[in-house]
Amino acid sequence: MKFSLSWLRRYLDTDASVDAICDALNAIGLEVEGVEDPAAKLSGFRVAKVLTAARHPDADKLQVLTVDTGQGEPLQVVCGAPNARAGLVGVLGLPGAVVPANGMQLKKSAIRGVESNGMMCSTRELELGEDHDGIIELPADAPIGTPFADYRGVDPVIEVAITPNRPDCMGVYGIARDLAAKKLGELKPVAEAHLETPFACPVEIRTDDPQGCPAFYGRVIRGVRNGPSPQWLQDLLQSAGQRPISALVDATNYIMLSYGRPAHAYDLAKLTGAVVARRAVDGEQVTALNGKTYALDSEMTVIADQAGVHDIAGIMGGEHSGCEDTTTDVLLEIAYFDPARIARTGRKLNLTSDARGRFERGIDPGFLDKGLELLTALILELCGGEPSEVVRAGAAPTTPKTVHFDPALTEKLGGVTVSPQRQQAILESLGFGVVAEEAGFDKAWIVTVPGWRPDIDGAPDLVEEVVRIHGLDEVKSVPLPREDGVARPTATSAQRLERRVRRAAAARGLQEAVTWSFLPTPEAAHFADGPVWTLANPISEDMKAMRPSLLPGLLSAARRNLDRGAGSLRLFELGRRYLRGDAGASDERLTLGLVLAGEKAPRGWSSGKAVPFDAFDAKAEAMALLADAGAPTDKLQVMGDAGPQFHPGQSGTLRLGPKTVLARFGMLHPATAKLFDIDGPVALAEVFLDAIPARKAASGFARVAYAPPALQAVSRDFAFLVPATLPAGDLVRVVQGADKANIVAARLFDDFRGAGVPEGQKSLAVEVTLQPGDKSYGEADLKAIADKVTAAAAKLGATLRG
Amino acid sequence: MTVDHAANGQEALSRIAAATDLDTLEGLRVSLLGKQGSISALLKTLGAMSPDERKVEGPKIHALRESVTEALAGRKAALENAALEEQLAAQTIDLTLPAPESPRGSIHPISQVMDELAEIFADMGFAVATGPEIEDDWHNFTALNMPESHPARAMHDTFYFPDRDAENREMLLRTHTSPVQIRAMIDVVRESPGGAPLRVIAPGRVYRSDSDATHTPMFHQIEGLVIDKGIHLGHLKWTLETFLKAFFEREDIVLRLRPSYFPFTEPSVEVDVGYTIVNGKRVVGGSEGWMEVLGSGMVNRKVIAAGGLDPDEWQGFAFGTGVDRLAMLKYGMDDLRAFFDGDVRWLSHYGFSALDVPTLSGGVGTAA
Repeated sequence: MKFSLSWLRRYLDTDASVDAICDALNAIGLEVEGVEDPAAKLSGFRVAKVLTAARHPDADKLQVLTVDTGQGEPLQVVCGAPNARAGLVGVLGLPGAVVPANGMQLKKSAIRGVESNGMMCSTRELELGEDHDGIIELPADAPIGTPFADYRGVDPVIEVAITPNRPDCMGVYGIARDLAAKKLGELKPVAEAHLETPFACPVEIRTDDPQGCPAFYGRVIRGVRNGPSPQWLQDLLQSAGQRPISALVDATNYIMLSYGRPAHAYDLAKLTGAVVARRAVDGEQVTALNGKTYALDSEMTVIADQAGVHDIAGIMGGEHSGCEDTTTDVLLEIAYFDPARIARTGRKLNLTSDARGRFERGIDPGFLDKGLELLTALILELCGGEPSEVVRAGAAPTTPKTVHFDPALTEKLGGVTVSPQRQQAILESLGFGVVAEEAGFDKAWIVTVPGWRPDIDGAPDLVEEVVRIHGLDEVKSVPLPREDGVARPTATSAQRLERRVRRAAAARGLQEAVTWSFLPTPEAAHFADGPVWTLANPISEDMKAMRPSLLPGLLSAARRNLDRGAGSLRLFELGRRYLRGDAGASDERLTLGLVLAGEKAPRGWSSGKAVPFDAFDAKAEAMALLADAGAPTDKLQVMGDAGPQFHPGQSGTLRLGPKTVLARFGMLHPATAKLFDIDGPVALAEVFLDAIPARKAASGFARVAYAPPALQAVSRDFAFLVPATLPAGDLVRVVQGADKANIVAARLFDDFRGAGVPEGQKSLAVEVTLQPGDKSYGEADLKAIADKVTAAAAKLGATLRG
Repeated sequence: MTVDHAANGQEALSRIAAATDLDTLEGLRVSLLGKQGSISALLKTLGAMSPDERKVEGPKIHALRESVTEALAGRKAALENAALEEQLAAQTIDLTLPAPESPRGSIHPISQVMDELAEIFADMGFAVATGPEIEDDWHNFTALNMPESHPARAMHDTFYFPDRDAENREMLLRTHTSPVQIRAMIDVVRESPGGAPLRVIAPGRVYRSDSDATHTPMFHQIEGLVIDKGIHLGHLKWTLETFLKAFFEREDIVLRLRPSYFPFTEPSVEVDVGYTIVNGKRVVGGSEGWMEVLGSGMVNRKVIAAGGLDPDEWQGFAFGTGVDRLAMLKYGMDDLRAFFDGDVRWLSHYGFSALDVPTLSGGVGTAA
């Protein structure tokens, strides 16, 4: 909402400075977004009189003027304007002034050899209008030497952000009222107009949609002369960012901007029959004043006559019946529309307008007659004519709201002490009525809410009114009561897990990225295991589907980095993947994704060629992070089915039992790499943190008792011939389990195929660590254990290699 | 027979001193002290001597043996030392060659700042709460006093899904962390009927269909909620002041409260923080100018009721602020879009070490 200082002063008797007004606006919740002071733009320009004008000796179109600036000797100025002549009073820009239209700084110069000490300006150069045919001509009695800004009375413009609860401040009068309550001046009463209405309204007005349009008032004015509105009105509208159109339209806009009361003027000649507020018929169309055609439906209220729709009620008038310069008779419409319906219609049509903004927030239902009176009076002033009586269909919901209010609530909720007398004064200055209930003045009030404040419906709203006018600065900081003792941990186990794993990943050399939660649909589909969440109104096709995995976002980030020439990438992200849950709910699961791309190690003086990442790098990260996440890594099995996004022969899952997948890892499938436009091998892993079983809650901090064994552990190596297809992990697992009392670890250290190993077989060597209890092993003990190991391995078809 | 032990000794010692390698030295040892060695032979002669003779010769022979043994050991150590030095000299490597590098990981600034915030608020007794990002319109709007036709809904630039949940609620991406207020209240009431008091913060991703130089369709917010008895605007002001002072680690944080409007709070307050211009950049602290950092207010009675609590009994405040923005203000990034690009150069520059764990004792911020 923009308005000029002089507009505000029409309703607020004040001599406060612009700065003081702005501070007050901010303090009472009308946030100042900007102040434009045209006086600043016009500094250096002053009223000046041309004394003489003579032809430039070397240029046909130029004249050499002597100009009286009101101070000192007249200045010589070269000027090209055809209307420059002796005796003309105009506007001179002195050296140093900056021309508003082009930002050029004026300076003393020689034009074709003749000295020029400034510039006589056109309207356009000063951004005061479009005229550029000649220089500005002021009345002959304009005071020579006065700064032009003072002479013209230019008006600072204030722009405020109006929160959606304050439709009353979408009119300058409402802002004036708030400022008056803040003691920035005296609110002037709304003007009274005494209208002669010598004839009945000749048009039938009806509302056939009392829900959508409870009240529809109208009046005809005959014999108006439309045309450009006077300068004062044009200036005001321009200050508010509105384009002046014609006196009739400008008058409705002026009433809307002044009082927040939209109205509409129809050219009566273009209407036929009764003018009715009704629901649109499905499929009905109207071309609005913005030139666009809208298809309407039966949920929308319109104003129509016999011929068709003329107005999308409360939102925008129709092009067909708008006022033009030739208009002589007008029908004024002032109505009350249901805010919710206006909002729905506007949203459905995707049509915003000043009127909609006010109607959907709620205009004052008690201001129909007054608004119509003010509008009529203004049109009569601007365009002449003769008004009819008002015709009224329906009635606006004017029963005032009342709120029970205990003034003590201001301190209880607002934390500031304000005397009941002061509270009453504040509320009354905002238009509220305050009556004490039986309990007494200090205890219980019935507060009547003015019609322009639809936002007030409870006692806390009144506290806000009191506090914002009294001043939020008066609220003093009060410490929150603190519980005794040391602060307890406040994070949940999921949050602790998240923090721990994140820092573990970073400590392992991975860099945390944060990528979009949404993906292009094909990328999401490629990683999806079921239907994905897809937005109805995405910002772009690239941000349409919610990620079912953290890998696609990381792959895209990896591609961008590789495209920028990054040599080695270790990216991870910890966040949610979005699945569909029961009953249409969202199922969001904490997940860690990681992508290893480019070189694991660059070529080196000792290591030789660069080493690419492989599937074991991904496995190592997954295992380490699972360990840090508290998963029982010793119980994990490596199985298949990492997903079709992975290389089928170089990927796996880490499972706890056959069903619970804690992680997947491996090399990227070439087809996936192609989809993401990535060259070169990429290793990746996804750790499903949500699947890690919760640890049993520990009862305290003490660990299970432990003393390192007195006897040293013994290690024995076993080499087995096994079928080439046997997973090494299976062998290790059975070896480890062969004698649980003695075997504490089994580590595979060799996988050999070739010379000495039969075709179709491989040799796997396992180092087994044995921990004696209270007695050292004898030969017989070791043999017995070895036999158990061999026997267990034999079940997998493994034979001890000779 | 008299043996010139001194002369023999001198000769042996000079031969030992002249030995240039360990083999020669070993040969000398054998020839002197070995079973057949000359000094061993001398020792053997002691047995055949008369006691008087032995008294004279014994100490001489033993002294000879001792000096030779000592010389042998000394010479051996010297030779071994020389050999070692030679060997070590041969093993010299160029240590200006680069050592193997291990990659340096990093924590994203958003995570870091969220950890900082959790730390600061934990000290004030706030627990961390979470909720779904794919929300229903009841939690995101209706329960927060934004019924369907509410104009504020339109201002939220909401991303919608075509789906509805089992209760026929429209599914959407939460536009703020405020629905967690409702969930936290409902949870506390479920756990302890009658509910409250409650102090939670809710950090997380939020979404608006808005994208330009300073807005991204996804960003991060943190929400705070206090429900208790006798909580008023003064407590809110203190909490926000304390939080911002702790976060920016400055005492000269000045807040300006402005009345505003949020459907879920009444009264509503927008909070500006004062800044000073240092080297052309805004630095939080002082009051040369004001920038908006927080929205807040006393929780609307309807919201308390929607959370299942009795608004006549309980009251409190709520606030919300942008985590990304706080990170930018504190750590000096100026492009929000870069947060979500995953550019490793940016992550290396603006990211944090795994060891930069925010703690109250060590300071929640990480110095540049």
